Amino acid sequence: MLDLVWLFPVIPAVSFLIILFFGKRLPKKGAEVGILAVGALFLMACVVAAQWIDRVENAGHGSEKGLAALGHSVVAAAEGHEGGGEVQPIVHGFTWWQNGNAKFVVGARVDGLVVMMLLVVTIISLLVHIYSTAYMHDDRRYTYYYAALSLFTASMLLLVVSANLLQLLVGWELVGVCSFMLIGHWWEEQANSNAALKAFLTTRTGDVGLMIGVIICFFAANSFDIAKVNAYALSPGADHSLMMWASIALMFGIMGKSGQFFLHTWLPDAMAGPTPVSALIHAATMVVAGVYLGARVYPVFFNGFSIGTSTVNMMAIVGGVTILIGAALAFVQQDIKKVLAYSTISQLGYMVMALGVGAWSAALFHLFTHAFFKACLFLGAGSISHSATHHSFDMREMGGLRKKMPITFWTFMIATLALAGIFPFAGFWSKDEILATAGQGRYDIFVVVGLVGAVMTAAYMTRCVYLTFFGKYRGHHHPHESSPAITVPLIILAVLSLLAGLLQAVPFNIKKFETWLEPVGGLPNLVHPTFDYRLATISVALASMAIGAMSFFLFRREESGAFQGLTERSKLAGAGYRFLEKKYYLDDLYEGVIVSAVKGPIARASYWFNQTVIDGVVNGAGRGATRLGRWTYDVFDQELVDGAVNDIGRETAMAGGGMTKLQSGRLQRYALLLLASVGVIGLAIYIVNIA
Amino acid sequence: MDWFKDWALTLAVFTPLVGMALVMVIPRAEETAIKVVALLTSLVALAVGIGILADFDYDHTAKMQFQVDKEWIPLINARYHLGIDGISLPLLILTLAIVPLCIIYSWNHFPEPHNPKAFLALILLLEVGMVGTFVSLDLVLFFIFFEVVLLPMFFMIGVWGGPNREYASIKFFLFTLFGSALMLVSFLGISFLSKQQTFDISILTHLSGSGIARSTQILLFAGLFLGFAIKVPMFPFHTWLPDAHTEAPTVGSVLLAAVMLKLGTYGFIRIALPILPQGAQVWAPWIGLLAVIGIIYGALCCLAQRDMKRLIAFSSVAHMGFVMLGIATLTTFGINAAVFGMVAHGIITGMLFFIAGSMQHRYHTREMSRLGGLLISAPKMGWILGFCAMASLGLPGLAGFWGEFPAVLSAFEPSKLANGLINGTDSTLWTFRIFMVIAAIGTVLAAGYLLWMYQRVAMGTPKPEFEDAHIHDVDTSEWIAWTPLLLGIVVFGLFPNLIFSVTNGAAEQITRAFSG
Repeated sequence: MLDLVWLFPVIPAVSFLIILFFGKRLPKKGAEVGILAVGALFLMACVVAAQWIDRVENAGHGSEKGLAALGHSVVAAAEGHEGGGEVQPIVHGFTWWQNGNAKFVVGARVDGLVVMMLLVVTIISLLVHIYSTAYMHDDRRYTYYYAALSLFTASMLLLVVSANLLQLLVGWELVGVCSFMLIGHWWEEQANSNAALKAFLTTRTGDVGLMIGVIICFFAANSFDIAKVNAYALSPGADHSLMMWASIALMFGIMGKSGQFFLHTWLPDAMAGPTPVSALIHAATMVVAGVYLGARVYPVFFNGFSIGTSTVNMMAIVGGVTILIGAALAFVQQDIKKVLAYSTISQLGYMVMALGVGAWSAALFHLFTHAFFKACLFLGAGSISHSATHHSFDMREMGGLRKKMPITFWTFMIATLALAGIFPFAGFWSKDEILATAGQGRYDIFVVVGLVGAVMTAAYMTRCVYLTFFGKYRGHHHPHESSPAITVPLIILAVLSLLAGLLQAVPFNIKKFETWLEPVGGLPNLVHPTFDYRLATISVALASMAIGAMSFFLFRREESGAFQGLTERSKLAGAGYRFLEKKYYLDDLYEGVIVSAVKGPIARASYWFNQTVIDGVVNGAGRGATRLGRWTYDVFDQELVDGAVNDIGRETAMAGGGMTKLQSGRLQRYALLLLASVGVIGLAIYIVNIA
Repeated sequence: MDWFKDWALTLAVFTPLVGMALVMVIPRAEETAIKVVALLTSLVALAVGIGILADFDYDHTAKMQFQVDKEWIPLINARYHLGIDGISLPLLILTLAIVPLCIIYSWNHFPEPHNPKAFLALILLLEVGMVGTFVSLDLVLFFIFFEVVLLPMFFMIGVWGGPNREYASIKFFLFTLFGSALMLVSFLGISFLSKQQTFDISILTHLSGSGIARSTQILLFAGLFLGFAIKVPMFPFHTWLPDAHTEAPTVGSVLLAAVMLKLGTYGFIRIALPILPQGAQVWAPWIGLLAVIGIIYGALCCLAQRDMKRLIAFSSVAHMGFVMLGIATLTTFGINAAVFGMVAHGIITGMLFFIAGSMQHRYHTREMSRLGGLLISAPKMGWILGFCAMASLGLPGLAGFWGEFPAVLSAFEPSKLANGLINGTDSTLWTFRIFMVIAAIGTVLAAGYLLWMYQRVAMGTPKPEFEDAHIHDVDTSEWIAWTPLLLGIVVFGLFPNLIFSVTNGAAEQITRAFSG
């Protein structure tokens, strides 16, 4: 199975084509094809994972035989591996295209990181496929929706199994297009198509960096091959400044795709798409592509940003800032999906910060757990809008749903606790590992940022849960629990949110996750923290206090109105609230200033320049030539030449008639003619001489 | 098959001429006969092209194949010398394939004032010129074919064009002719100054500028540059293009975008670079500069457009900027990217013009503010437009990407022999790396104008004035004309080596003088 990983993108691609061309004629309108394909993928991913684990576990005792048995096409990559590095990634490739002397390969790669991503993508995708049968039931473009889901799954898996950066770039852009298609799924309303465009253009702005970063890596390592790029970055002869430029450029790609400050503004708008899509693409899989890229070519960042030896670097700062600004914005949202979107931004910040402080495994562990609990939250929000509020996500129309929708409530609660980092839920383990690693490097400031972020996370999620499930129902519909197609995926995700963290429970001496993940061939020396009881206690205590304080505040407000109108009474609070409500005025800057300047005055000025200046020269030249022609005809031809001819004629006629008076005008005319003929003859002689 | 090797190119060039003669003798009333004859001749030419594809020796793409070298005008030592290598082949096939598609597309909608007889005769004459240019290996022959193209296009725009057709057609004709005149002077100079006083491109390429002083090369290159740059068109010589495109009938626009713009870039690759290498080294950074200005400038002008067709026309300026950037690097990589970009732009922009034409046919307007909701009125066409917009903005996995990304990539490491914009060490490197960043930013703008266009035209709901209008979806002749192009976009996108492996050897040959 490990040899057949290239099938992962192929199967959903085929499913996409089948649904696209035959979907409408099938009994379930194409949904069955998608579910079947992704179901098969999930089973395959499980088999791959089992085989990979087997390989890792048996690495100590004679794995070389197993490696050889995998066939001649196995290429063991990267020389500079570490730790449990007897386990090599498996790489397959064939020549895709050639240019100059360079050959470009397309292929698949299996290592710990890929296996983990395969599991995450296939399981979330499968659950979303099932969930959508109910959620999207009456959609105007049901078949098309499933086709797009299949295409997305194919693109995402293509990105994941890429053995080289160029192929990764292809997958990267394709998931972007799928995201565009699905955000704009209901493109009849302009708001949705605007959101789709914003998402595509913002991520593409980041992709400029990605493109340049990939190009720099290519010329540095003389190959797009990820193993070769990593090996180059780790080699002693690597050009540090080149790697730094590459890291900065790639960082822009990560900021665009993974919603990092200051290119994060598209992600909340992307909630215009159907909710299952938000869960799949804008929470669990596509938006983590940036983090995946960071982890994939980690040596480049390790070298370029001097991770481990420097105290701050761009990656950690971007991640840290994102944690805080995302979490702060989550407080002021009225739309439940927007709360979750900002929460996603903030959590992605944790992952990027983790990479920046050298916590490679912890970043990916958080990616792993976050996928489950955030997907659960999004699907929970979808369940509410589907069965309680009639397609609204406004929390002002919710409230008191605890009793009406018990399954949705309990799963949402579990996922919330996981997100808040409460022991023993999944988020606790992964977030704690990030903080512990940061604490053991020289990144104390980022530990503080992480703790503050944890407090904020716990608090805004408390607000969200309170507004949704507690208090009185404020809507005008008849809330009821959703159907099993919706609740079963919720339950599965809740269980995973509860248990997934136990794969890497350091105090119990369980380190399965990192053991299975880390054999990727070519990683720098990683810090593996010991469990920090103090830090763990502090973070859980802080989070619990935040939940307590927030609940107190909310219930008190409900009962006595004590905090009512705080923003009206305090100028400072009001200004702060507005600042958050306006999203730090970033949207105003991007859309109001930059985009409208480019689309408006700058574009118009260019076009004016084109029509008036450049075309003015062209038309002027045309008119000038016409005038010159007319002048030539009037003056030269009619007057001079024809005049001379006529003169000669007249003179001949008058020849018998005695002496001709030499008129001064006539003389000049002859002189001019003479001069012109000399010039022509001269030119002719010159050309002939050259010849 | 030996006779085929000797006759294939001649057949490919002159079959359309025969077709044109036949069309001319059929009475005007026999419209169907005229159409059938025109289509058949273009298909015969395409069949010859397929024969060439099958018979081409892909192991020696650098070698000139299917050569014919006969005495033609001994007085000036001009010869009837035809031949193709890996660079001409894709362009030749593109031309041979697109003409029948254009004829099929026109089948039922000939633009006013109708007259299929004259229209088809002109298309066939155009094909003669275009095919001839790509296969000529003699400067005089090249020049003649290069000019033959002008005439039919002039009449196509001037007779079947839009309201402003006279201005546009005259501008097109004079602008291009002006460039050709300077180009001809350079051709004569090259020939007279070369050691063997020949017009033969193969021999001149082999001489690689030896015998022509560097300063003279710089001057002669300037002449060639003007001739070719106007045809491409490069900023700031591009202003004939939007007018010509806007006014031209649909098929005219398609041929203009798909093939005619490539005559200029092809001229750079086939003639200017290999024959005057020292001139090219000096001019390279300036070509690169104009190329990246074109990328950004073209994109900005696109954003200011209200007319859909004019927007697509300006996008050509931006796209050809990528092609010229690849050429300006003077590297194998860059040339490969350029040729791929030429083919990809031909297919994709050709498709976009087809769709714009079909939409105008249905809505009787190209004003984007009046359009909208194409996805509702004619969903299939809406999806096709979206697909082509995605291809045009350089989505990986579709053909456009492989012209764009490698061109940007090649600018990271230009030929060491190319000059920089300023003197000094590393100047070349930094000049082109700055170009690289600017070009990469251009891809965002490209996404911007194409998606905004798509949003305005296809998304949303139809405007009230067209709510009850019957907008029919893609019809049969459109399907036949478009399917091969759509397939081409996907196939070349997934298997870029189909083109790269053909051009690579020939590109290496071209850049031999610059490999240091």
